[in-house]
Amino acid sequence: MSELLKIDNISVSYGNISALKGVSMSVQEGEIVSLIGANGAGKSTLLKSIVGLEPLKEGSISFRGEVLGQAKGGHYKGVPTNLLVRKGVALVPEGRRVFADLTIEENLDMGAFMVREDSVVQQRKEEMYEFFPILGNRRKQKSRSLSGGEQQMLAVARALMSNPTLLLLDEPGLGLAPLIVQDIFNKLAIINRENKVTIFIVEQNARLALKSSDMGYVMENGRIVLADKAKALLKNAQVRAAYLGE
Amino acid sequence: MSSIAEFFQHLVNGLTLGGIYALIALGYTMVYGILKFINFAHGDILMVGAYTGMFIFNFLRGNSAMGPWWFIAFLIAMLASMLICAGLGMTIEKLAYKPLRKATRLAPLLSAIGVSFMLSNGAAWAWGTQSRKLDYPFDNTPLNIFGISIAPHQILILVVATIMMVALTLFVSKSRMGKAMRATSLDQSTAKLMGINSDQIISLTFGIGSALAACGGMLIALDIKVYATMGTMVGLKAFVAAVVGGIGNIGGAMLGGLLLGLLETFGIALLGIPTSYKDAIAFAVLIIVLLVKPEGIMGKAEKEKV
Repeated sequence: MSELLKIDNISVSYGNISALKGVSMSVQEGEIVSLIGANGAGKSTLLKSIVGLEPLKEGSISFRGEVLGQAKGGHYKGVPTNLLVRKGVALVPEGRRVFADLTIEENLDMGAFMVREDSVVQQRKEEMYEFFPILGNRRKQKSRSLSGGEQQMLAVARALMSNPTLLLLDEPGLGLAPLIVQDIFNKLAIINRENKVTIFIVEQNARLALKSSDMGYVMENGRIVLADKAKALLKNAQVRAAYLGE
Repeated sequence: MSSIAEFFQHLVNGLTLGGIYALIALGYTMVYGILKFINFAHGDILMVGAYTGMFIFNFLRGNSAMGPWWFIAFLIAMLASMLICAGLGMTIEKLAYKPLRKATRLAPLLSAIGVSFMLSNGAAWAWGTQSRKLDYPFDNTPLNIFGISIAPHQILILVVATIMMVALTLFVSKSRMGKAMRATSLDQSTAKLMGINSDQIISLTFGIGSALAACGGMLIALDIKVYATMGTMVGLKAFVAAVVGGIGNIGGAMLGGLLLGLLETFGIALLGIPTSYKDAIAFAVLIIVLLVKPEGIMGKAEKEKV
C-alpha cells in the first residue's frame, strides 16, 4: 500500500481567523479514511484546500508524490482547481451542489467533462444508471426535481464520471434521513471495493463514518487531535464521549 | 388596407425590430448569467460591428453594379464583422474586466462604462461624426404579400435573427461547451471541480455575445444610420429586453427582445403613442415589469445567500 494523499503541516486562515493550524495527515491507497469533527472544526476547509479552492498559508499537499499546493511564508502556489480532476481527484462538495437547471444526464456529462471520447462517457453513464437506478429512471429530468438523498447520489455519480483515483466527500450525510445516509455509505463501500477508488470522507455522523472506514482522524478547532484505525477510534473513550454520544 | 392586413403588417415590423433587440439582449444576458455583471460596452460593440461590416461590404463590392455578388459580399461582411467583434469582445474582457474580477462589483461596471466611452469616442475620432448609410445589398422595393408590404431587408433580418437564435439554442443545450457554459453560470466553483476552465468559458461567452451584437448591429444599420453613438439607445433597449425577459436567462432575452419590438410597434400603431415617444415605451415596460415581477418574465427569483 502506498501513500496517495499527503497533507503536511498545513495552515489556512480567513482573514485573521485561522481555520487550520498545522494539520498533517495522509490517505493510503485503497483505503476509506474519514475525518470527523464538530461543525466549524475546519473539516470542509481542509477539503477545499486539497482541491485548490482555499489557498494555504503554510505547508504543502501532495498527491501521488506530486505537489498540488504549497505555501512558503504566506505565498501560495497550487494546481488550479479545474486541473485536479485530470490528475484523478474528484470532490463531492458540501450541500451536494448539483447543477439544478441541468438534467441528471447533463450533470453526469459535466462530471465527465475532461473525457473526450463520447463512447466512454456513454458507457460510464450506463454504469451509473445501473448503480443508482433512481438516476437512470429520471435521466431527462432537471436535477432540481430530485430529493436531497437522490441529489447526493447524483453528486457522487457525477464525481465518479471522471473515474477518480481519490474521491473526496464533504458531509455526504448532511440533512438526510438515516436510512438514506446508510445507503450512501453502503454504496461508497462498494465503490471502494470494486472500483478500487480511495475515499476520503469528512463527516459529522461519526459512528457511521468510522464504521465504514479503515482509518479515522478527529479534528477539533483546526487541529488533528486523534488519528488511529477507525475500529480503534470507535472504542476510544474520548471519541465515544464527544462524538458517539455514549 | 384591411384591419387584419394592418395587424400582420405591424406584426412583421415588430418582429423585425424585436429580432434585433433579441440578438443584442443575448450578449447582456449571457455575460450576466456567468459574471453577474452588466457589460455596458455591449452597445458600442454593435456599433463597431456595424462600421466594420459596412467597410468590409463596401470594400468587397467595390465599383461593381448591384447583383448577386452584393448579397454574397454582405453575408461575408457580416461573418467577418462577427469574427472581428468576437475578438474585440474577448480582448476587452481580458484587459478591462478580468483584472477586476475579485474587486467590488462596482469596479468592472465602471470599467465597462469607460470602455463604452472609449469605443464610441474612438469611433468618432477614427471615422468621423457624420452618420453614414449602409446600402441595401439588394433591390429593397417592398414586396406585397397578401396585402402586407414587406421590404426584402426585413425578410433578411427575420431569417438571420432566427438562424442565430436557433444556432445559439442548439449550442447551449447540446454541445459540450454549451453545457459547460450553463454549468458555470449555475455554480462556478463546482464547475471548476468538473475540470471546466471558467476563464475559457467567460472568454467564450464574451466572444459569442459580441458576435451576436455585431450581427445585430449590421442588421439594424439597414434600418437606421451608422454613427458613433448608434449603439447607445439600441444597447439600452436591448438591456431592457434582457431584464424584462429575466436577466441571465437566454430564452428570456429572446422573448424580451421580441416582446419589446412588438410593443414599440403596436404601441405606436394601435395606442397612438407619438413616434417621438417611441423610446419611452421600452422604459415604461421596464418599470412595469420591475414592479410586478422584478426577476423578469422567465427569470427565477434569486435567494439571497446569508
